[in-house]
Amino acid sequence: MISIPMEFGLILAGTLFVLGLIGLMVRRNIIFVLMSIEIMINAAGAAFIFAGAKWGEPDGQIMFLFILAMSAAEVAVGLGLILQIYHKFQTLDGDTVSKMRG
Amino acid sequence: MEILFYIASIVAVVSTIMVITRLNAVHALLYLVVSLLAVALIFFIIGAPFIAVLEVIIYAGAIMVLFLFVVMMLNLGKIAVEQERRWLSPGIWIGPAILSLILLLELIFMFAHSSQAIQATMISPKEVGVTLFGPYLLGVELAAMLLLASIVGAYHLSKRKKKAKHRFMEETAE
Repeated sequence: MISIPMEFGLILAGTLFVLGLIGLMVRRNIIFVLMSIEIMINAAGAAFIFAGAKWGEPDGQIMFLFILAMSAAEVAVGLGLILQIYHKFQTLDGDTVSKMRG
Repeated sequence: MEILFYIASIVAVVSTIMVITRLNAVHALLYLVVSLLAVALIFFIIGAPFIAVLEVIIYAGAIMVLFLFVVMMLNLGKIAVEQERRWLSPGIWIGPAILSLILLLELIFMFAHSSQAIQATMISPKEVGVTLFGPYLLGVELAAMLLLASIVGAYHLSKRKKKAKHRFMEETAE
């Protein structure tokens, strides 16, 4: 039986989330932006796991399962968009698609 | 056992820092896999073995391999690394990093006042499954519909437009 301070787990989840947020704001390459979003989603799921472990209930793990399904769907669509952007503009700069016309 | 938790969390944070600072996309993806494995170890330690296995299989296995496929399909070479270096001039880190770290410090300050402990009780996959297909059945069906929609969307988005319908119509087709 091990015992871990609850706030340490939540601080870990918050740290991972903030690192993903920094990556999201700093990088311009859309592949890196998508990877930062993955980091943030994973950190949010980790917070659910820690909360579920605190109360000893499986509900936190079930929320993580839903987050996992959502993240898989998001990655599939996002990578399809990245491929289309690269074929159309020959660059991975996110700023090139800031104008939505045609 | 607690020391494993702290070591794994340090590995997770360090490898995540490496992810957001790498210039080569493949290196960043490999660090991201390491970070996900560390998080999976943490899940295993605090008593969620099913989620730890799913994290390894789906996140580190499937999703990261999907990323790797796309990176290799785009065939980014040394030019992409040079371009990254130009985009990542040293100054632009400062603003977002400082503001986000202020938010993180506020979060830590808020958590520092409470003191509750996680007693790591093992929650078995059976328990998770019974709850998943009991009260959360509607959520499972919604997730299935979301995955179906994403399959259709990904197929539609990644389809390249045909240039010509027939080889003799190549001049006229536009």
